[in-house]
Amino acid sequence: MSILKGITSRIETFFIEVGEMAYFTGHFFKEVFTRPFEFKELLRQCYNIGNRSLLLVGITGFIIGLVLTLQTRPTLEEFGAESWMPSMVSISIVREIGPVIIALIFAGRIASGIGAELGSMRVTEQIDAMEVSGTNPFKYLVVTRILAATLMLPILVIFGDAIALYGSFIIENYKGEVSFQLYFVKVFSAIGFGDIIPATIKTFFFGFAIGLVGCFKGYNCENGTVGVGKAANSAVVFASMLLFILDFIAVFITDIFFEI
Amino acid sequence: MGATQDILKKAEDVSTKRPILEIKDLHKSFGNNHVLNGFNLQLFEGENLVVMGKSGSGKSVMIKCLIGLMEADFGSIEIMNKDIATLNHNELDELRAEIGFLFQGSALYDSMTVRENLEFPLRRHRKTLGNITDTTKLVMEALESVSLVHAMDLMPAELSGGMKRRVALARTLILKPKIILYDEPTSGLDPITAKEIIELMRSIQKQYKTSSLIITHDVDCARVISNRMILLVDGINYAEGVFKELAASKDEKVKAFFK
Ligand SMILES: Nc1ncnc2c1ncn2[C@@H]1O[C@H](COP(=O)(O)OP(=O)(O)OP(=O)(O)O)[C@@H](O)[C@H]1O
Ligand SMILES: [Mg+2]
Repeated sequence: MSILKGITSRIETFFIEVGEMAYFTGHFFKEVFTRPFEFKELLRQCYNIGNRSLLLVGITGFIIGLVLTLQTRPTLEEFGAESWMPSMVSISIVREIGPVIIALIFAGRIASGIGAELGSMRVTEQIDAMEVSGTNPFKYLVVTRILAATLMLPILVIFGDAIALYGSFIIENYKGEVSFQLYFVKVFSAIGFGDIIPATIKTFFFGFAIGLVGCFKGYNCENGTVGVGKAANSAVVFASMLLFILDFIAVFITDIFFEI
Repeated sequence: MGATQDILKKAEDVSTKRPILEIKDLHKSFGNNHVLNGFNLQLFEGENLVVMGKSGSGKSVMIKCLIGLMEADFGSIEIMNKDIATLNHNELDELRAEIGFLFQGSALYDSMTVRENLEFPLRRHRKTLGNITDTTKLVMEALESVSLVHAMDLMPAELSGGMKRRVALARTLILKPKIILYDEPTSGLDPITAKEIIELMRSIQKQYKTSSLIITHDVDCARVISNRMILLVDGINYAEGVFKELAASKDEKVKAFFK
């Protein structure tokens, strides 16, 4: 009986949270189109967010490229199909592995960072202090961060994809003695706009979701310093979960329009 | 005691004036937690009014309703003859530019230097204040009045608690407010630093001729700085008067404040 009660109350809190988040999203869209626009702060956030993830994304991308190639190569060799290597690796990286893994890394870095930052600003009354200083804190803190995350993730994914492909090339070059030119000619004949465009569009949504969840958790933080840790933590969990849901929806839609 | 008579006389003078800030019948609840149940307050020009109350009695809630950070459930708040509930966003910002707010935990912006912290309200209230060209001069001036000019380029994390409080004070002063609201200016500080802050508040009051509403549960602070006091108990203004009167009271709940 008490177990059932526990479950229902958890489901209830979940739906309350989803409702609050929908309201928060609505608030974002209301504020994003009205004056004043905080351009300077937006640029600063873009730089911050991009800069904070650049190295991590680069390293991850490189390793993805190496590992993917090392793992697939033996199987393809068995069938004597190693010349398919570049097309196969590039398609899987550009379509799926690049966006999802880099977005997950980004969520770990940025959603928790924003959650902790805004959370501590909330509990130490810095957000209130902004409000009495003639600033709309939602515009200044939340709108800029969500926009920055939305704009920066696609750029980071493209960058990460490129590094991953380079990593893959290094293995190919070492094992199969494929030249740089040949490798990338094969890559670019394999991937088309049908791969790049849907993959890029979905990264905008990923970035938006990550910024939104981080801001939502941080901005509504409660219960002092304990709350800050919880905000950062649940921001990452929630953002990662949301990523997979969004990815599923994206793949579903792409499947309809582009007939993979 | 000449000083006490002076204070008593001052308290008499002010009571004949119009209040610069007035709270009438303020109610505020969070769910079943009825924090304020009809609180009244009048602050007169040039006065130091102290509101004392136990921890959790709703002092911060009261002061946040006052400046529009929280919405009151019921009651009216008038500041300089404007009912804050009727103001739109711009009008509220204009009014806030004339009111300084010292937050309980200083609330300095972690990501900015001391200088940027002080410049923030200047840049942000530009619509109200017009274009200020010489922010550096104003920043210097404000930091001088709290004697922290040398800390201008430090980050808040590099400051001690007392220094943070002084920087926060400088940040509220920089707009030359007519009214300053202090939310526990001495909480979390050692007695000596607390005394420094109190001295600073007094000198600021002389220099800038502000009216101050001071929230505290520090008896020493109240004794030194108050012209008049209000005790907040059970969500209402339970007792009012000058420090001496209240300290001599026979009422149990009042006595509890003075140990
Ligand atoms: N945002 C909020 N949501 C729900 N309850 C709140 C909120 N803010 C304050 N309260 C409640 O209101 C009551 C009064 O809080 P308040 O912060 O005003 O106390 P205080 O008198 O300032 O105490 P202290 O001296 O410790 O600062 C507390 O019981 C608190 O739990
Ligand atoms: Mg308080």
